[in-house]
Amino acid sequence: MTSIAARTAAEISQRGRIRSAAFQGFFEGSIKAMLIALTLLSVLTTVVIIAVLVEETIGFFTMADHPEISLWSFFTGTEWSPLLGAKPLFGVLPLISGTLLVTAIAGIFAMPVGLLTAVFLSEYASPRTRSILKSVLEVLAGVPTVVYGFFALTFITPYLLQPLSSSFGTYNAMGAGIAVGIMILPIVCSLSEDALRAVPQSLRDGAYALGATKFDVTAKVVIPAGLSGVVAAFLLALTRAIGETMIVALAAGGLAQLTANPSQQVQTMTAYMVQIFLGDAPAAGVEYRSSYAVAFTLFLITFIMTWTGAVILKRYREEYE
Amino acid sequence: MKQNYTTSVVPITSMRTLAKSSAFIVFASLTSILVAANQEPPANLASMKGSIRIDGSSTVYPITEAVSEEFSKVAPKVNVTVGISGTGGGFKRFCAGETAISDASRPITPSEVALAASNKIEFIEIPIAYDALSIVVNPKNDWMKSVSVAQLKQIYSTGGPKTWKEIDPTWPDRAMKIYSPGTDSGTFDYFKEAVVGKEGKVRSDISVSEDDNVLVLGVSGDQDAIGFFGLAYFEENKDKLRSVPVIGASGLPVAAQTSTVNDGTYPLARPLFIYVNSKSASKPEVVAFVEFYLNKADALIGEVGYVTLPADILAKSNANWKARRLGTQFVKDDKKVDGSFSKIYK
Amino acid sequence: MKTGRTIPQAKRILSNRLMWAACLGATTIAVLVLSALLITIAIEGTGALTWSFLTSFASRKPAQAGIIAPLMGSIWVCAICAIVAIPVGIGTAIYLEEYARRSRIKSLIQLNISNLSGVPSIVYGILALVAFVRFFGIRTADDAWTFGNAESIFYLQIPFGPSVIAGGLTLALVVLPIMIISSQEALRSVPQSLRQAALALGSTQWQVVWHVTLPAALPTIMTGAILSMSRAIGEAAPLLVIGGFLLVFQTPANLMSDFTVLPLQIYNWAGRPQSDFHKIAAAAIIVQLVVLLAFNTIAIIIRQKLQRPLQS
Repeated sequence: MTSIAARTAAEISQRGRIRSAAFQGFFEGSIKAMLIALTLLSVLTTVVIIAVLVEETIGFFTMADHPEISLWSFFTGTEWSPLLGAKPLFGVLPLISGTLLVTAIAGIFAMPVGLLTAVFLSEYASPRTRSILKSVLEVLAGVPTVVYGFFALTFITPYLLQPLSSSFGTYNAMGAGIAVGIMILPIVCSLSEDALRAVPQSLRDGAYALGATKFDVTAKVVIPAGLSGVVAAFLLALTRAIGETMIVALAAGGLAQLTANPSQQVQTMTAYMVQIFLGDAPAAGVEYRSSYAVAFTLFLITFIMTWTGAVILKRYREEYE
Repeated sequence: MKQNYTTSVVPITSMRTLAKSSAFIVFASLTSILVAANQEPPANLASMKGSIRIDGSSTVYPITEAVSEEFSKVAPKVNVTVGISGTGGGFKRFCAGETAISDASRPITPSEVALAASNKIEFIEIPIAYDALSIVVNPKNDWMKSVSVAQLKQIYSTGGPKTWKEIDPTWPDRAMKIYSPGTDSGTFDYFKEAVVGKEGKVRSDISVSEDDNVLVLGVSGDQDAIGFFGLAYFEENKDKLRSVPVIGASGLPVAAQTSTVNDGTYPLARPLFIYVNSKSASKPEVVAFVEFYLNKADALIGEVGYVTLPADILAKSNANWKARRLGTQFVKDDKKVDGSFSKIYK
Repeated sequence: MKTGRTIPQAKRILSNRLMWAACLGATTIAVLVLSALLITIAIEGTGALTWSFLTSFASRKPAQAGIIAPLMGSIWVCAICAIVAIPVGIGTAIYLEEYARRSRIKSLIQLNISNLSGVPSIVYGILALVAFVRFFGIRTADDAWTFGNAESIFYLQIPFGPSVIAGGLTLALVVLPIMIISSQEALRSVPQSLRQAALALGSTQWQVVWHVTLPAALPTIMTGAILSMSRAIGEAAPLLVIGGFLLVFQTPANLMSDFTVLPLQIYNWAGRPQSDFHKIAAAAIIVQLVVLLAFNTIAIIIRQKLQRPLQS
């Protein structure tokens, strides 16, 4: 283990880098300063995101020619029609409900299937099966999300949903939801499996020694022990689902409505943002600003979810050693 | 569009007149050949370099796409990029100087003219084709045999019917799924003006998209759907959609097709334009592109599914381009000029 | 384990069997669903995958359309992303792991980075639109600062506009948090004893990092870099926001060129009603997956090759 260090010391002395202490100090100091600058870039990114979003959002809520827009009407209004209709309405609930409906469908599909697959991989599968499936999952986690949208439009809706009921049009929440679920399945599975495998074998062995069945061990020992990791995995997957844009832009529809019916079209927050930004409105119009308000809402939601995940991981992670 | 054909007969009275006439004919032909040779598109398209940014209407997009594709084959070093932000979105970029050519399915509006003026942008307006705005339904819809402009207004205005039965009691009692181009679309602007009217407002509980392909997919996948877009998108997808004849001035249903646009009986026919930035029009690659566009348009417009302009308007269009006539004929004193296209355009 | 209640043996055996069945069933569903995805794409797409498809430009006729423009666009954009994100990511990770002391600020920065990794990529698109494409509005496109002439490869224009460099920087923003987190974990996994040995021999902190820690962590860092790049190559939403879909008949010639990428082209073709376009969309997806697979294979090979020195 010390061979590298020894080799390095030898290299350094061989190259004859006899620097004066002052130069070395200066060099070290400037490297450190450069690294600090790079680190601050990540801070800068967050600051600029928040600044840009907040500025336009405040602009949205204080528009002189739209006095009816207020925090209250934005967060409690049930109609979102910024561009059409008798008068533009800016209640964000339909967009949030669209996002939640698609995410809920995705979660209902991906969380049970993902967790049980993770259990299979960690408790039942042979090491060979496990490594094959895990590599496959790793690759699938990198598939571009447009592919899932394409799958929803060309396979899920025409061959799975429309034969079920004629109320499924080309664009519906269910098809998009299932596609998002398939997208987050590898994430749920991979991360849950990591969490379950981190549970020490000694816990399992102890339970077996007491006469437990595999079901007992899994359901009553392993999963509770790895729960923080599993919940963090769920939260991460759901955050990805909420922020997903391409699948819903392709398959969910363009009508913002407050509905829980999965055969209907919905418009998610991300799809609305795409619609506005694609129209490329550089002017400070009310629709352009509304898109920033929606973006800020989305940012807040994912921020809260990520933060909750971090807190859960920190507080409830059980130390075994 | 009524075509006026005139014929004239010149009687040949003597050999001297014959000699004079033939000399004149030869002289005229030689001159026109020389003139035509001078006006040939600049040689060496293959070595021409530069870049042309085009953006705007998704209705005009199929034509511009075809022209750009063919142009890139003969001038591969010229960088042509085409976007589809919608007529409104395209104008916002055009009037800020970001694009060289803007596709538009409606004439430029007074506010866009003002925006261009404030950015010191001058432009040349060129109509390039006719479109028959098609009202489409799903092939399984066999009850809507024709539709009147009044019924369309009823369907698309605020407070409009939610079921088919509310429009006509003989139609099924099922919820309508209504599709429309988005508000950045020139098709939307035209429809609003021609059908819903200046005072009316379009309802909000409809599915909108700037992308006409999304509308096609939506209507073709739902038997209770209705939508509208340019004729080319219907022609491309004839097997998935049904075009509903619109009741014309005569009280009879008129189908959307080339002949009814040309003879003026289709009520929802409208011109399509490209707008060229005058500064860009001084660049050789842009000139070559626009000339290519005007030359090839006839062949490609039919292929794409739109209707070519009648000869007299084409002549005016070409003349205006050659003269690099600036500004629009559809806005005067900051106000929109009222009237039909063929009357306004000179 | 809760005891105090005797469950009959038969029930325990049954619940055991059911669990096994449920797990196997779930795994089978997962495998089936993902296979259905791949098989559908393979069926639709392999027919259209020809050499001319790989080398032609887009066309209104599906039979003549090709992906050379999006393919080259993707390569340019990902190259720029890699050049920016990998050094910045590794540098930040080095600072956080090797230099920074445990403090309130440091844990805030950590929290900030993990939050950034959860932000939807479209928000990065908005940020990039304002910061890189429009440069916060200090200059309009018409009246931009230009350096060099448009013909050469070193042409630069400020504001960047919807160009390749703006696309690359956008993806760098998306990928940076992932890069930082995975590099941090890589550095964390280097045994402390290595560092201490080098320090004991009189190296300065940077020498330890550069000559000892970094080489030891390099395989894992490279794996993380390649996985980040796989994410970058598949991103479409932020690029859609900064430039929209463009029909492009040119491969990028310099940093200011307009561009399109594979996922955007797939999005465009997938959204068209004609089924012939669906076929070429599927073929483009196959190309994308092949590139992805190649990246992952390279990652695995690097991981295996570079892991040997540490075990000596």
